[in-house]
Amino acid sequence: MQNTLVGESENDRVVAQERELIAEILAGNHERYYELIAPIERRVYYTAYAILRTKADAEEVAQEAILKGFRGLHTFRGNAKFSSWLLSIVMNEGRMRLRRRREVSLELLKSPDDEGEYTPIELADWREIPVEALAQKELGEHLEEAVAALPQLYREVLILRDVDGLNIAETSGALGISVPAVKTRLLRARLMVRDYFVSRSWAAPARLREAQP
Amino acid sequence: MITLSCEEVRREISNYLDDDMSPRMRRLLEAHLEQCRKCAVLLDSTHNVLVLLADEQRFELPDGFSSRVRQMLAKEFEKGKS
Repeated sequence: MQNTLVGESENDRVVAQERELIAEILAGNHERYYELIAPIERRVYYTAYAILRTKADAEEVAQEAILKGFRGLHTFRGNAKFSSWLLSIVMNEGRMRLRRRREVSLELLKSPDDEGEYTPIELADWREIPVEALAQKELGEHLEEAVAALPQLYREVLILRDVDGLNIAETSGALGISVPAVKTRLLRARLMVRDYFVSRSWAAPARLREAQP
Repeated sequence: MITLSCEEVRREISNYLDDDMSPRMRRLLEAHLEQCRKCAVLLDSTHNVLVLLADEQRFELPDGFSSRVRQMLAKEFEKGKS
């Protein structure tokens, strides 16, 4: 089983390096902010995109968050990773933009976790998702659709934890919800995204076969 | 011997993938997985989806995104100097 957690010492090393870099930026060496941003640009953009689902909004929100990150850098407490701090800004900016678009009601964001059991789709004789059977592009599209199909509540947790790679505590901080709530939503989100992906990915090769003369 | 039901295993799948459980629970869960193909398939496929999700290469930045970010920041840095 792959362990997705980054070792503590590795984490400490990153935090220490960032702290030095941030001190320099705050001392007036502003151009070095690029160095802080460059390794996480992709995740910043994708997180905004995953929340907003349009490229134009995603880019605006990603840029706004990066700018806010610079302007608010003096408020950043160096006891966490810069990436988790910046991604929480992205999440907040994204939510605000969504509310303005009125695509998501406040009620949905606040709705309590569904405590009921979620029953995943059962697979009889597939040991693994047959990823080899799908073109890389197709695979990516199905995964995107699966993420997009998740209710906002679950999508947020999944993106921060499983795409951005924040740990549980960082995800809880970024979303302003408790650790148990992160875990509950994460379980549901992972099972749902898997179900959607599984059903799409296995239907596709069947459709292709049907299409042949 | 105590055993877990499929429902209990399902509830713990996420924690198992995060390596976030007691050694005792891990042993119980793994004992169940050895006996239950259904749950083993669920775990493997969920794990695979997570591996795919974590792959940054699957999504691309829009063309010119990085340079637009740099331009935007360069303007901001200029403001600070004036």
